[in-house]
Amino acid sequence: MSDTVINSTSNVVYIDLTNETSKLVQRPDMFDRYIGGTGVATQLLDEGFREDKDALDPEAPIVLSIGPFSGIYPCCTKAVAMFRSPLNGELGESYAGGRIATAMRFAGYDSIVITGKAKRPVYLSLHDGNITFKDATSIWGLSSTVDVGKILRDAEPHPGRRSIIRIGPAGEKGVKYANVNVDTYRHFGRLGLGAVFGSKNLKAIVLSGDEELQIADKKDYNKQYKQLYYKVVNTDLMEKYHDLGTTVNVNVLNEINALPTRNFQQTYFECAENISGENLGDNYLIRKLSCAGCPIGCIHIAMLKKLFSNSHDVEVSDIPYDYELVYALGTNLGLTEPEDVLELIDSCERQGVDIISMGVVLAWATEMSMKEKISTDETMGVTLKWGDLNNFLHAVDLITKSPNEFYSALAEGVAVASEKYGGQDFAMQLGRLEIPGYHTGLGNVVGLTTGVRHSHHDNAGYSADQKAFKSGLSDEEIIDQLIAEDDVRGVLNSLVICLFARKVYTPDAIVDALKPLGIEKSEEELDRIGTEIFMKKYELKQKFGFDLDNVKLPKRFFETVSTNGIIDKERVENALEIYKNKRGF
Amino acid sequence: MYNIMGEGIIPKRIKVANQARCIGCYSCMLACARTYYDTVSLKNSAIDIQTKGGIEEGFVSIVCHACIDPPCSRACPTGALTVRKGGGVVLHKDLCEGCSYCVDACLIGAIHMDAYGKAVVCKHCGVCASYCPRDVLELRKVGENGEEIMDIN
Repeated sequence: MSDTVINSTSNVVYIDLTNETSKLVQRPDMFDRYIGGTGVATQLLDEGFREDKDALDPEAPIVLSIGPFSGIYPCCTKAVAMFRSPLNGELGESYAGGRIATAMRFAGYDSIVITGKAKRPVYLSLHDGNITFKDATSIWGLSSTVDVGKILRDAEPHPGRRSIIRIGPAGEKGVKYANVNVDTYRHFGRLGLGAVFGSKNLKAIVLSGDEELQIADKKDYNKQYKQLYYKVVNTDLMEKYHDLGTTVNVNVLNEINALPTRNFQQTYFECAENISGENLGDNYLIRKLSCAGCPIGCIHIAMLKKLFSNSHDVEVSDIPYDYELVYALGTNLGLTEPEDVLELIDSCERQGVDIISMGVVLAWATEMSMKEKISTDETMGVTLKWGDLNNFLHAVDLITKSPNEFYSALAEGVAVASEKYGGQDFAMQLGRLEIPGYHTGLGNVVGLTTGVRHSHHDNAGYSADQKAFKSGLSDEEIIDQLIAEDDVRGVLNSLVICLFARKVYTPDAIVDALKPLGIEKSEEELDRIGTEIFMKKYELKQKFGFDLDNVKLPKRFFETVSTNGIIDKERVENALEIYKNKRGF
Repeated sequence: MYNIMGEGIIPKRIKVANQARCIGCYSCMLACARTYYDTVSLKNSAIDIQTKGGIEEGFVSIVCHACIDPPCSRACPTGALTVRKGGGVVLHKDLCEGCSYCVDACLIGAIHMDAYGKAVVCKHCGVCASYCPRDVLELRKVGENGEEIMDIN
């Protein structure tokens, strides 16, 4: 037996930035009870909870976790980050792909818990069990998140196997929806992990490992891997992610009146075709990439070519695109040209911000500006109007720099900004998180309101609405579906699979795939654990001050036609009561 | 199970046929390591997918080039690497003493040592190609001297 064989899959490493110390602890009981991933991370976050400490307190922990499937089975490529969100003050949970899950797996870390605050900017270098705290003062203040990766790539060992995660200017400056960039094209996007990194003076983490993992029943494992791999590659279960990618939804949602346009004033965008997945795929796509361990290749990269003189001088950039980005910076801001959407994506990528939040913030500010509720005094001369790229580019830059009260408010998110300046009726947030690009109906509104992190990935309300639209579901049936998804996703996110592969990882397939890893769990047991994880998250949300009864529902939801027609507010309130009753809240 | 050489069988070799199609999924590496080791890893793979200039610039596949006169074999002091019909080498693990001379001899960097002190070198079995979702890798028929045999249908 080699000493490079990983002999535990419950390794938790605690890293203290204040004292520059670390400690490795094995927590087999916790991993057995909560599987891994989000189940374990919730527990670790709870253990680090301190009364009266806010999200940006040095003691507030950042937890990164993988699960038993990570790096082991196809499409199990995500790591979960859990933290207290500086954006809404409550449960922060975000997922990223790229190479991070594989890097954690072969470094032998199942969870990483980071607390404290470094005296000056640092980055963490984690290779093969060695943890070093390295000076990051010379890369603090760089204007682009992408460049940070380029510099660390040359400064650190193990090319090809490592994951480089880092913050940009927005994270350093404490924009409340700053993200963490993972391997250039993926992100811990939502709920402001970047600001938490920044508050700890943590610029980046470079992570790699070259260990090997013992499998309890290798022969059965090989068989399970093969079955899952061919289900991924040879069936149409994941084809849409491979072909056009998630932007296929631009036209799909437009056709069913679900595509938020100009700050949700409409759900149909007359120029959707121009910025659709089809047009981007046909005319701008230059490459597809995969996360390590996934044969799909859903990461779509477009080429943006810009002339900057009359002598055929061109600047070329490669820009990742996805549905939510095209919604947030495209349809919802009334941008009609693919080049404009790509340029705005690029600008947000360089700053390192959550693009959904940024798009919603800009859309609200634009409507405020067009309704003359704010003036160019507040915007410092920037005239925000639908479809005007240059002013949006200025605004993105100014939000990070926060030179005045108005831009500082925008950097706090749309809930805070609208509390200060008005326009709460059309500040499109739920649970104080800017909402994703769906206006499908009641399921979406209730799902985002009740979801553990107020994300469409929590319980897929948009999907329940589409079923209701096609075949009719009662409100109670919609609620039942949300609850079932809440719970099952607790399991999927603990294993941790990519949710794009959720049709591959059916309950029976999960039970079979766990067996060769030496984990015996029945479908019923997994169901129970899913519910337990959900409840545990709600307990933690309540500790953070969340109260489902206090969630404000912006009026705009009930004014703009959705896939299922105009949504009646009373119906939503009633559905929320049904939800609470069924959950025993 | 895969292309294991035997009498009367036409030799084959791995060919990196369509590098620009690579999406960096590492399915090939996982497959190779899984097939020949009792563990799950990337490190025990005889094919290595690397970035050149970062993930923004795409990938390269580093794998045995199936030399007809392999320098790794010439460098091996114990006879653990014998010349393979169709190009490349056959590793006799019991003879390998872990000196790493073969690693130094291979200009393209297609050999490395495992944690047990044994050389990791491609067998040209094709399991990597069978797990490549984009046909970057192909298993091709070759003559005894490595010349490609075209399948004409």
